[in-house]
Amino acid sequence: MAVTEENLPSPRQERPIGFGRLKRKEDARFIRGQGTYLDDIRLPGMLHGALLRSPYAHARIVSIDTSEALALPGVAAVVTAKDLETLGLAWMPTISYDTQAVLAGDKVRFQGQEVAFVIAETEYIARDALGLIDVEYEPLDAVVDARRALHEDAPLIRDDKEGQVDNVASPTWEAGDQEATDRAFAEADVVVSRDMIYPRCHPAPLETCGMIADFNPETGQLDIYNGNQAPNVHRTVYAHVAGLAEHMIRIRCNDIGGGFGNKVPVYPGYVCAIAGSIVAGVPVKWIEDRTENLVSTGFARDYIMRGEMCAKDGRITGLRVDVIADHGAFDSTAQPTKFPAGFFHICCGSYDLQAAHVKVKAVYTNKAPGGVAYRCSFRITEAVYLVERMVNALALEMGADQIDLRMRSFIAPEQFPYETTTGWTFDSGNYAETMKVAMEIAGYDDLLREQADKRERGELMGIGVSFFTEGVGAGPRKHMDILGLSMNDGADLRVHPSGKAMVSISAQTQGQGHETTFAQIVAEELGLPPEDIEVRHGDTDRTPYGLGTYGSRSTPVSGAAVGVVSRKVRDRARLIAATMLETRPEDLAWEKGRWYVRGDPEQGAMIEEIARYAYSGEPMPEGMEGGLDAQVIYDPPNLTYPYGAYIAVVDIDPDTAQVTVRRFIAVDDCGVRINPMIVEGQIHGGLAEGIGIALMEVITFDAEGNCLNSSFMDYLIPTALEVPEFELGETVTPCPHHPLGAKGVGESPNVGSPPAIVNAVIDALHQTHGVTHVDMPCTPARVWAAMQGRPEPPQ
Amino acid sequence: MQTPAPFQYERATSVDGAIAALVAHDGDARIIAGGHSLIPMMKLRLASPEHLIDINDLEHELAYIAERDGEIRIGALTRHVDLLGSDLLARHYPLFADAEEVIADPVVRNRGTIGGSLCQADAAEDLSAVCAAVKARVVIRGRDGERTVSMEDFHVGPYQTAVGDDEILTEVRLPLRSGAGSAHFKTERRAGDWAIAAASAAVWIEGGTIADAGVALSAVGTTTIHLARAEELLRGAAPSDELFAQAAQIASEDCSPSADARGPVDYKRHLASVMTRRALRRASARALAMEA
Repeated sequence: MAVTEENLPSPRQERPIGFGRLKRKEDARFIRGQGTYLDDIRLPGMLHGALLRSPYAHARIVSIDTSEALALPGVAAVVTAKDLETLGLAWMPTISYDTQAVLAGDKVRFQGQEVAFVIAETEYIARDALGLIDVEYEPLDAVVDARRALHEDAPLIRDDKEGQVDNVASPTWEAGDQEATDRAFAEADVVVSRDMIYPRCHPAPLETCGMIADFNPETGQLDIYNGNQAPNVHRTVYAHVAGLAEHMIRIRCNDIGGGFGNKVPVYPGYVCAIAGSIVAGVPVKWIEDRTENLVSTGFARDYIMRGEMCAKDGRITGLRVDVIADHGAFDSTAQPTKFPAGFFHICCGSYDLQAAHVKVKAVYTNKAPGGVAYRCSFRITEAVYLVERMVNALALEMGADQIDLRMRSFIAPEQFPYETTTGWTFDSGNYAETMKVAMEIAGYDDLLREQADKRERGELMGIGVSFFTEGVGAGPRKHMDILGLSMNDGADLRVHPSGKAMVSISAQTQGQGHETTFAQIVAEELGLPPEDIEVRHGDTDRTPYGLGTYGSRSTPVSGAAVGVVSRKVRDRARLIAATMLETRPEDLAWEKGRWYVRGDPEQGAMIEEIARYAYSGEPMPEGMEGGLDAQVIYDPPNLTYPYGAYIAVVDIDPDTAQVTVRRFIAVDDCGVRINPMIVEGQIHGGLAEGIGIALMEVITFDAEGNCLNSSFMDYLIPTALEVPEFELGETVTPCPHHPLGAKGVGESPNVGSPPAIVNAVIDALHQTHGVTHVDMPCTPARVWAAMQGRPEPPQ
Repeated sequence: MQTPAPFQYERATSVDGAIAALVAHDGDARIIAGGHSLIPMMKLRLASPEHLIDINDLEHELAYIAERDGEIRIGALTRHVDLLGSDLLARHYPLFADAEEVIADPVVRNRGTIGGSLCQADAAEDLSAVCAAVKARVVIRGRDGERTVSMEDFHVGPYQTAVGDDEILTEVRLPLRSGAGSAHFKTERRAGDWAIAAASAAVWIEGGTIADAGVALSAVGTTTIHLARAEELLRGAAPSDELFAQAAQIASEDCSPSADARGPVDYKRHLASVMTRRALRRASARALAMEA
């Protein structure tokens, strides 16, 4: 909705005690440029590292001569795989139980792979020294296309792995019921199929990855400064990899300039910085540049998909999906252990299907490793793109309206909790209602009329719809872990004698507004002003254990932990208040910020008074220690399932084939909104990314495996001129099992928007040009090729 | 952080001083003004000049847009933002504003200069086509004095111009003739990106006939494309959609694009034609509006 005088937040809403449009507490420092990012930190005696990277996508390393680089004044050390081998650090585990070379010793397996690490007095000297390292390569045939990787004659990429005879990265993974699906297709009235690619793209956070490692040889303490999305997990990994005691490692994240999944993995540069500091005995700083970030760190997507969908009696009944997943040279995809294709099997979407069957085969190629969840919950972006493109393909085939077909096929409100054919339990929803709100904001019938008028005038306008259900907030410990660590989060709440409070959390903000949102949760539960509540995060010495921030899990898991720990403190306060008021706890009632006597509401104690009392010399309740604090570890009983209805309106220049997103309507149901302003900001950001992915963002390679998108000149991210003024709406279906009724939202807009835009492009071109599919990104050249009747998949 | 290779740096205090420094370094020095092309090339280590001579202090000598002797004269250090905001240019050659609105972004436009853009001679750069279409002449100064060359002679090859190693481009001169109309059209993948294809057109209409015309293309060849054949076709003819369609056809034939991430050859040829037609239409409409 456009901002008007009427819906501007009232002054009262701007300072809520609890949920509401509280201005972000962290913005005071950000908008003044006072944040502390990694590159702002300088430690005494610090040296600087730089990585030499492979110019080849696939080559044997014959020799490495570092003598000239070592001779350059100011160079302290040049580290190669040989040196790391002596420390046992030449290889490291990935988050998918694969191994990845820290520095390449035998072969390089992708362009940009780490080959040598220079440590020098300044970053300039370190980078000058890179040019003086002489590496002799013997180039090998590179495998760029995942389909070719499966050919018998394809060169073996992972000859380092014992028993590996082909380029298959993991056994084919399946979900659903194949026989039942075959039956559904046999009985169907209509069947459509589409081949589509979700191309490789990159999260491209504006702050690139980097680390300062500071190993103290006297104490054995390793201090790490590193903006990452899961500091506790990283600490465990470093303890494991480097053989250091976990309690002697401290990671501090400070402010992070964007993550979007890119800052989940442990990268070779981090291990090099740590090894460098251990060897040099002084702090070592390493920060990658933009090109390094784009060519070597965690990419996203790269799924080659074939979908088949069928309908009977006007409803969608079945789905069959076959995927080749391109994992690059090392399998470091991000997902819980038991889900090698992430949550891709949620691709049955928001529909009450008779049956579905999904197959995913993962392969190695000579491309950078990754497969991180770029603002999505573990492959749900690919799943939603597939199913929502298929629904539109089916609607085209049936001659049905794209919304009507969805409305007829939705899971009905009374069916929740709903067990999907691929094994998910959707918690709650009223999909048709949300779809209707979107149609209303869009003025759907008017849009259809406008489109018909424009067609007569030779103008190209498209209306595209997508409806998604996400599964976020991983996850229940009985189902989900990463590297054997359960996906739970801790929270520690201390109310000080003055009534000020500190809540420590294991989620790690990269811009999501945690310092505000989590303070508001405590404020809501305890009735304290949010400005009196400090949110502590991003320091493993001062926060409880937990799995971090990605997969829209902060509010579903960590937020729940904060809600629960606040209630624990509130319950404790009740016992103390009963002693203070000389009554029984069960005779007390709660209003925000105060326990009072049911029969005599004048008699009560404010939470601040209870806190002061708890630390005073006054007697505590029988058997209770002093103080007012609590801690919890929250194990979510299920994921939360936010959903949304998105409508994109595009115009296409008939001559240049340029696509303009003229309107974008996004109606999200993410349950209870703790801070609606932050939620809307998250949606704006995700929609901008979705428009980027749909129209311009792509990582491509030439036949030799050279990455063609290694700077922001070639990897395009949208500007304000490519995104319309977003039109947002909401419905609220509280999550039944989340303590606050909230669901995750950060990733919904990135998940839901690309299919809406591509569907709109097809809608604009189908009738006039016979276009049935265009792969992303819908650049002018690719849309023009489709208009000429020869659509081309991205390279 | 991307870091350039080591280099020496000096700031010039006069144009003659800058030329003397170029001479002294005997081909190893580069002039730096806005730095929005050279510095990224140095950071990517695609360029490693041993000396940089900074001319940003020479605004009093080199930054101006003025009318003199029947010409508009633009100093080489004039920033994009000043070209965009110039009333004088808007009155006589509105294609400058057309182009400047789509050149890079405000940060680049605040700093980048017309001289730097022309001397970089990137075939995808807009101002080279703009200057070619309006038949600009540029002034080049060396230790032996000044010479003036046409845009056709100025563009020598990819990233190569008539400016010698020890010379500086000091001024761009635009002829002031009656009946002028001009326009620049560009298709880009995203705001601020280089063109997939762009066309600049100028027409001078006298008594309902095109007395003279200039058409040039960006990004569809190894250098800026001067469409001599189209200009010939237009000269002496009455403006019409059919005529512009013929000129656009010539544009698609006479360009020589190569396939890259921005698109395949056939699409670029198609765009060259679309951009040329649009530029000629608007240029002609502007000329006729001025006449009326």
